[in-house]
Amino acid sequence: MTILITHGHVIDPGRWNGEADVLIDDGRIKAVDPKLHVKLEKSASLTIIEAKGLIVCPGFVDLHVHFREPGFEYKETIATGSAAAVAGGFTTVCCMPNTRPVNDSRSVTEFILAQAALTKKARVLPIGAITKGSKGEQLAEIGDLYEAGCVAISDDGVPVMNSLVMRRAMEYASAFALPVIDHCEDSHLSQDGSMNEGLVSTELGLPGIPKAAEEVMVARNIALAEFTGARLHLPHVSTVGSVRMVREAKARGVAVTAEACPHHFSLTEEAVRSYDANAKMNPPLRTDADVLAVKDGLRDHTIDVVATDHAPHAVQEKQWPFDSAPFGIIGLETALPLTLNLVEEGVLTLEQAVAKLTIAPARAFNLPYGTLAPGAEADLVLVNPNAAWVVDPAQSYSLSRNTPFAGWTMKGRVEKTLVGGAVVYETLPRQSR
Amino acid sequence: MSFKHKDVLSIAALSPEDVALILEAAEPFKEVSGREIKKVPALRGKTVVNLFFEPSTRTRTSFELAAKRLSADVITVSPSSSSVVKGETLLDTIRNVESMQTDVLVLRHSSAGAATTLARRVRSSVINAGDGWHEHPTQALLDLFTIQEKKGGLRGLEVAIVGDVAHSRVARSNVHALTKMGAHVRVAGPPTMIPAFFERLGVRVFHHLDEALSGVDVIITLRLQLERQGRSLFPSIREYSRLYGLTAERLQRAATDVLVMHPGPVNRGIEISHDVADSRSAVILDQVSNGVAVRMGLMYLLSQLH
Repeated sequence: MTILITHGHVIDPGRWNGEADVLIDDGRIKAVDPKLHVKLEKSASLTIIEAKGLIVCPGFVDLHVHFREPGFEYKETIATGSAAAVAGGFTTVCCMPNTRPVNDSRSVTEFILAQAALTKKARVLPIGAITKGSKGEQLAEIGDLYEAGCVAISDDGVPVMNSLVMRRAMEYASAFALPVIDHCEDSHLSQDGSMNEGLVSTELGLPGIPKAAEEVMVARNIALAEFTGARLHLPHVSTVGSVRMVREAKARGVAVTAEACPHHFSLTEEAVRSYDANAKMNPPLRTDADVLAVKDGLRDHTIDVVATDHAPHAVQEKQWPFDSAPFGIIGLETALPLTLNLVEEGVLTLEQAVAKLTIAPARAFNLPYGTLAPGAEADLVLVNPNAAWVVDPAQSYSLSRNTPFAGWTMKGRVEKTLVGGAVVYETLPRQSR
Repeated sequence: MSFKHKDVLSIAALSPEDVALILEAAEPFKEVSGREIKKVPALRGKTVVNLFFEPSTRTRTSFELAAKRLSADVITVSPSSSSVVKGETLLDTIRNVESMQTDVLVLRHSSAGAATTLARRVRSSVINAGDGWHEHPTQALLDLFTIQEKKGGLRGLEVAIVGDVAHSRVARSNVHALTKMGAHVRVAGPPTMIPAFFERLGVRVFHHLDEALSGVDVIITLRLQLERQGRSLFPSIREYSRLYGLTAERLQRAATDVLVMHPGPVNRGIEISHDVADSRSAVILDQVSNGVAVRMGLMYLLSQLH
């Protein structure tokens, strides 16, 4: 099947930024060229997608999602998570291993890939565990996980506290060029904490998580990456100090990449004042100064990637008192407009914003996606950058509803998402506003 | 001037006028508790439910007596007899209780914000009887009532709050209440027990008790939570008591007519010495008896809204 996407504003970061047509043949990109519609219009077997007024760019790549299957299917399944992904413009997502059982073995990886294949929505790429059961003690079968299809390793929410284990993991993973992701949190320092430690936690009487809990582990991981030469990826960087350390490490040539989550550049700890557990995530929302530092990091490419840390939890779990409610929010369907806000604010150019969602994450994990280069898989998203819509959690494609952005007016809407040349998402007329 | 709040969740959310109004409303009820027949019909036909998800003797008894002396129907639910253990959410528990047509819910919970989040979802008035480390507004109100009674006013007084301020809802409520009413507040304790940013709440921070006590009119000593030993907040009870315990000798540094207060229960010989606890400066039992009057006044004001 041949598809022509016409008259769109094509942004293929580093390759194209301007009006052009995109020709897709047999699920792959064939050409990006401004005059294709003139040359091809008469052909009968051609499916035309009109994209006038829309941005046409590579499908987004999310390096950090939690799809909860197997084990916590009441929060999210691979099917519902994938549906939320494509509704948010994400065509490739990397799912963290903190399922039950933990994805520390080939069989769990294969199960996830099989479930993903059934949904035929987003590409779901598993991240394997660093240690068996994510217990931080013995290395998981990292080579087997790699062969089964894992694209990186992480113990996710459970930081690897033992520095020797982390050293060995980095050394071992470098044999497969696998990125090592560590949720940077010294769990002794963050013990019992449920929000950023600062003025607001002091007033609210909530146990705090100091910035230092993140920063000491960022420092450790950079030191170990520098020492072992491993590929280190730092998820959800949230503090001034973390951004500074990553910047310095990159200047020294350490093989480190970093990501920021939309909530960490869109909200501060002030959002916790109402004790709304939908403002509870880990790392926690920080201060204005940290938000500025994260934006600076995105601007100067200290932070390569925008990732969601999409973390669904059931409604009743988020109704528990703040200190006992679980950490995390859903983010796949709000990431695009929140990232576009950075363009509005002058932090990023539109092309840079698209790059943080496409080619940059793809490069961080050596994935062949996030590009419209000829021969690439035809994963694309069509975005109306001016469409305004109001976040209604009840309309989310996720099984869960835990977003702090309920009621926010967002600007920028996904109109159509294609994976491998097939339309997997279209904004329904009832959602148009 | 009338009381316009549906709930009393924190002192932070009250205006100085609100605080003054509650203290004023409590005044006549103090007299009621001294009568032969300690009862007035102010809340007749109203239902008050005390929900105590954390152990408490003093506060629970005080709220119960306050409601009874106002002629309300009152029951107290505590964790062992509640359905919390069965996995019901707090919200469901409260909604079930409220379905029995309650007017006032008094809530004590170990989680900061528990009362705040529930109050938004129920029709009854909610009184926060202590939520985690956040606030214990009625304790601060009864402390202010007691200080005012003994000192004739609050404005300009020097008040020292001593102990584990970081983990104390009593400290937070008192800081808000006292500063709102024009008193000057100092907090004293080891740096591990004074949270970051506490100075931003308008208090002076001291780490040496002798300095903190110099010339003060009121000392509020906080209970040392003995179970926090071993969490690296202080090396030993012995050292804590030597550095931060209130002794007769240390008391010399304060004003001659200093008041010594304690929210209870007292660890004698740890945060406060035996002789100080029993001295003429100590008003610990006055605090307790005033607690009933203040809670009566507060429930009376809230009932006027219904």
